[in-house]
Amino acid sequence: MKSVLPILTIVAAIFLFWIVSVVPMNMHLTADQAQRDGLVVSPETPVERQAYSGIGLTLMNTGLIGRTYLLERPRLPSPHQVGFELWDTVFDKKITSRRSLVYHGWVTLSATLLGFAIGTTLGILLAVGIVYNKAMDMSVMPWAIASQTIPILALAPMIIVMLGAIGIQGLLPKAVISAYLSFFPVVVGMVKGLRSPDGMQLDLLRTYSASPAQGLWKLRLPASVPYLFASLKIGISASLVGAIVAELPTGARAGFGARMLVGDQYGQPMVTWAALFAAAITAAALVGLFSLIERWTLRRMGMQAA
Amino acid sequence: MPTIAELAGQALQKDNTQVSPPSQAVIVARDLDLTFKTNDGPVHALKDVGLEIGKGDFVSFIGPSGCGKTTFLRCIAGLETPTGGEITVNGMTPDEARRARAYGYVFQAAGLYPWRTIGGNIKLPLEIMGFSRSDQAERVARVLELVDLAGFEKKFPWQLSGGMQQRASIARALAFDADILLMDEPFGALDEIVRDHLNEQLLQLWSRTEKTIGFVTHSIPEAVYLSTKIVVMSPRPGRITDVIDSPLPKERPLDIRDTPEFIEIAHRVRDGLRAGHADD
Repeated sequence: MKSVLPILTIVAAIFLFWIVSVVPMNMHLTADQAQRDGLVVSPETPVERQAYSGIGLTLMNTGLIGRTYLLERPRLPSPHQVGFELWDTVFDKKITSRRSLVYHGWVTLSATLLGFAIGTTLGILLAVGIVYNKAMDMSVMPWAIASQTIPILALAPMIIVMLGAIGIQGLLPKAVISAYLSFFPVVVGMVKGLRSPDGMQLDLLRTYSASPAQGLWKLRLPASVPYLFASLKIGISASLVGAIVAELPTGARAGFGARMLVGDQYGQPMVTWAALFAAAITAAALVGLFSLIERWTLRRMGMQAA
Repeated sequence: MPTIAELAGQALQKDNTQVSPPSQAVIVARDLDLTFKTNDGPVHALKDVGLEIGKGDFVSFIGPSGCGKTTFLRCIAGLETPTGGEITVNGMTPDEARRARAYGYVFQAAGLYPWRTIGGNIKLPLEIMGFSRSDQAERVARVLELVDLAGFEKKFPWQLSGGMQQRASIARALAFDADILLMDEPFGALDEIVRDHLNEQLLQLWSRTEKTIGFVTHSIPEAVYLSTKIVVMSPRPGRITDVIDSPLPKERPLDIRDTPEFIEIAHRVRDGLRAGHADD
């Protein structure tokens, strides 16, 4: 674990930047609040204060710095506020409660996993088609690339509305959007992996008069496993993003995306930030899980981790 | 205009194609031509190649890069299709011969699958060809014995040295009992000491199994030490310049390389290679 120290250094730097940023970001709100509480603030009217930047106002009201960390509805919550909200909604609420992040997390995660399964299957099938079929080789990849250039935020509402029109609601539309984002890295990785055996390996199979199916099962698929895992790690995080994005434009009532939206609309930034962090932690855990499976699988297959 | 060396080469080759009696020939090539189309224009890889290889022969193909020795071996295996002339293996076309499991092919690199054990790698052709499970196990044990790797069945390729990996790849080529073994510079990537050892083992294997072996090499001592017949080739266009039937006995200890007969054959091979190069 040589990488622990550098990683912690970066994390510490990010937290430091965050903690320092809280003060100027929240100073205008803090000054307004302090004035209502009867404290002396300079300049004296909110209109005059608007002329100053957050940093300028901070320099004139150094006594208010402590208060910037304690606002109920801050512009930028401080780390400890997000931490409390996260702890409260993950551990202190029953997981069946609508206020529990575990509940919302499972809603998003189930869509993520279903979408990831669909996307991975589709990606592998497309890659096999591209490698074995000349027409697919010429035609599929440009469309796959084009599909990823369309902003998913523009596409997601359309997919949900259209699927809703034919009576499909709930988990599946979200999974479709997850799959839409996650199939692409799998296609790219698997095409490369399936084509990784060199000419000599293919010639060897020809000397055995092996069928194309035997070439796929005995050589191309096993040889593509390291490439598949690299793609899966990108695909699973893309799936999570897809599921969250799918929850945003539709007024979904559960899921990380719904929590972010609720926090935004009802002026509860801590809710938004806690959902954001919970989503990031979930993504990191999923990628970490796949790294473990990758290491275990490649060791069992006698191949070093790529 | 053919050069003098070319004419001499063709004359020699005509003499020599009639050496082995046709009844025993397992590989027969007549007027074989192969032209590759490349972006720089056509490349004449083989021109008027005629050769007969008898049953039980150990034939080496020697020559500089681009002389077509590997291409010729690939034609025998049906991995390349000649653009002219004809070639038969056991009286069949190379494609038919391949389907009849006439030959095993050994490449320059061992090319073992890293995700399979040594035993698993040797089973690969047996699985593809549909041998029964018990037959597979029995054959793996037998060929591992043959290449002196008994006890390594459960090891993975990375646990073996380069020489042992190449022996495993020879075992893989032997597993389905082909009568012909085609070897494309199988020891080219190994150091000289390992190479000597493997050459000795290969001769023992050859005398025990009575296979017909086609062997591509860059090395004159290797060709002379191993072969009953040495085919000297030259490039541009790839052609046969000399075919030498070795008078050396079948039993060959490594120190046979110091005898006058050995040195004389090596000398003739070197002359043949030089003649092929005269037109450069």
